Amino acid sequence: MIIQTPETVMFWVLAPVAVLAALGMLLVKKAVHSALLLAWVMITLAIFYIAQDALFLGIVQIVVYTGAVMMLFLFILMLVGVDSSDSLKETIPGLRPIAITAAIGFGGLLTSLIGRALIGHSAAGLDQANSAGNVQALAKLIFSTYVWPFEVVSALLITAALGAMVLAHHERTVARPTQRESAIARFRTGSLASAAGLPGPGVFARHNAVDVPALLPDGSPAPTSISATLKARGDMLESAPFQLDVVDTTVVEEK
Amino acid sequence: MNPNNYLYVASLLFTIGAVGVVVRRNAIVVFMCVELMLNAANLAFVTFSRINGNLDGQVTAFFTMVVAACEVVVGLAIIVTIYRSRRSASVDDASLLKR
Repeated sequence: MIIQTPETVMFWVLAPVAVLAALGMLLVKKAVHSALLLAWVMITLAIFYIAQDALFLGIVQIVVYTGAVMMLFLFILMLVGVDSSDSLKETIPGLRPIAITAAIGFGGLLTSLIGRALIGHSAAGLDQANSAGNVQALAKLIFSTYVWPFEVVSALLITAALGAMVLAHHERTVARPTQRESAIARFRTGSLASAAGLPGPGVFARHNAVDVPALLPDGSPAPTSISATLKARGDMLESAPFQLDVVDTTVVEEK
Repeated sequence: MNPNNYLYVASLLFTIGAVGVVVRRNAIVVFMCVELMLNAANLAFVTFSRINGNLDGQVTAFFTMVVAACEVVVGLAIIVTIYRSRRSASVDDASLLKR
């Protein structure tokens, strides 16, 4: 079979980009960037599948891999901490040169073997196998020849779901405190002033914005009313200009 | 062009994934490199299916995708469990048996 020009152009544009993205996965420091580059490689592979008459697999690749699997990866990355950047210094001395040498040897062997094995072969193409439609032909195979592996794979999926639940399960070592116990603990520990809850920002101040500390009844600002994040960022406003004794309270009648 | 070029891309991607598994320290990145290797194998299956003119390769790639999904679910659960007990997702830190 002869491959048409559009596919050739598509291949020579996308294949180097995919390989570069995969190389970038190894070189970037942050795990999130690795995940985004991997998502790009997966989308490229989906395009390759569709170009190679594997329409169903191309769609499944986008839905399952870039949709579900990559989202799961990003979800876990956010859970573990996005800022946890990998230190790229090698902990086992000499590991990196050995790995790269072995990879060049392995890749060269694989490439030359494929090249030699396929000399003089021309691709048969899937026009005949896909004559009834790709999805129909695949369904026919899956539910006849491959029906037993299909059932085994479904059992595997259920087992994986159960395994994830068992691994994520968290055994409680102490009993959950009841509402009564937690209320008692709130009044017995710390100051009695904080037992009723912290004051909200802007209360009794002239501004009710979240970055203005609340004013206590005696007119002094309450720093506990501001979120610690705002305080650390330096986004907190001084409450002094908004205090009642500073503000001019004379009513001016406007016409 | 010849469909063999897809096979060369697949072997390159597989090799890059293998290097990543060995070189990177973060368990999640190591896991993503395993995914890259699985994807490269899938590309080879799809290309072989086209070269041979039957759909068995595509069915195999389909099963590989299902197994990869299972693997991701269990593997990420393991990573979360390790992170919960050790506060680190680095593969170097989980070396308790050595000491």
